[in-house]
This record gives sequence, structure tokens and C-alpha cells, in this order.
Amino acid sequence: MADQDKEMTGADKVTIIVHSGDLDKIYSALIIANGALAMGMEATLFFTFWGLLRLKKGGLEKGPLSKMNMLGLGRLMVLRRMRAAKVASLEKLLSDFKELDGKIIACEMTMEVMGIRKEDLRADLIDEYGAVGTYVQEARGSAINLFI
Amino acid sequence: MAEIKVDCRGQNCPVPLVETRKALKMAAPGDVVEVTGNHPASKKEIPMAVKALGLELLEVEGEEGGEWRIRIRR
Repeated sequence: MADQDKEMTGADKVTIIVHSGDLDKIYSALIIANGALAMGMEATLFFTFWGLLRLKKGGLEKGPLSKMNMLGLGRLMVLRRMRAAKVASLEKLLSDFKELDGKIIACEMTMEVMGIRKEDLRADLIDEYGAVGTYVQEARGSAINLFI
Repeated sequence: MAEIKVDCRGQNCPVPLVETRKALKMAAPGDVVEVTGNHPASKKEIPMAVKALGLELLEVEGEEGGEWRIRIRR
């Protein structure tokens, strides 16, 4: 399919709402998004609610585990297992995502509700600030649409 | 025509796939990208990506569960 046709149909795109800020779910979102980019699709991540906290400066790796966190003990165990299995860090996954032209949208309503200012966020990663309309425009032509 | 080598040995999902894509993006048309790795799923997924990208898969070699080598023409 020519690039022009792709833009018109938008079908070759994955859009993911990153609602959770949990470590394991941020991993899922970034792995799927990077896989899609590697397979030649476009990918957009819409960071909202707890997910947006992970775009705060120094916040990417700070999330708890969604299950068996055990006051952070489970989280440390999983991180250790991941390092042993040579799973890439979230920082590497995010930098690969940007290098392969992945798009990041930050939810403005979450910023307002949680009192997050633009200067609190990693502006270098964010392509756009928007609300539900921006998300719908991204998602309406996407072949894959996930809520994580 | 250049040949670009990518060493993904010891790397896990999704790194071999992503590093392959990054190398292909950097390559000029006609260049060959050679990826080496041992992540089992990537051995079948990199050829899937090559097909999806409309590129030419030159060679896939390696034993089941061991080290593999994949050559792609951009």
C-alpha cells in the first residue's frame, strides 16, 4: 500500500490508551506499540489518568505491579527476573518507540485534574496535548485499538 | 551497496524485531541487513515483518532453539 493510501484509510495503525500506570501494563503497552512499529504499522499512545504519571520527569519506571505488588517486594522480584531474562528497560523501549516515529498524546484533562503542568512532563517525548476528540480522531481509522 | 550487521544475541522480545526495523530504516534501498540472534520467536517474526514491509527475505538459517541468522534486502 502506498504511503498516501495508508494515510487515507489509516487502517495500518495501532492506537493504545495507556490508562494504567502499573509497571507491568506500561511494559505491555510499549512492547505492543514497538512491535507494531517494527512490523511496519503506525502507532499512537494516548497517556491518560495513572498512565500519564509515567510521563512525568523521573516517573517512567516508578509504577507498582498490577498484581502481587506486596508493598513493592513483588515489583522488585519481577524487575530482577526481567533483568535476568534480558528484558529491555522501559527507557529503552520508549526511546525505540520515538526513534521509529511513534506518536505520544498527553491527556489535558488528566493534567488539569491531577495538577500536572507541562513542565512536569517529559515534553521532548510528547507530540500532542489533547482530549477525547484527539483520541477519537486517532482511533477511528486504527485497525488495532487497545485500552491498557 | 552496504551490508549492515545487527547482533541481537541474548536480547529478548521485542528488541530483535525493533533493532531489525531500526537497521532497515537506516539502510538505503538495495542494502542488505543481517541480523543474528537466539530469541526463538523472533526467528519467525522477523520474516513476518519483512513480508509486511514488502522487502526481500534472502536467507533464514539456524537450528531449532539455537542461534539464527536472517538476511534481508531493503
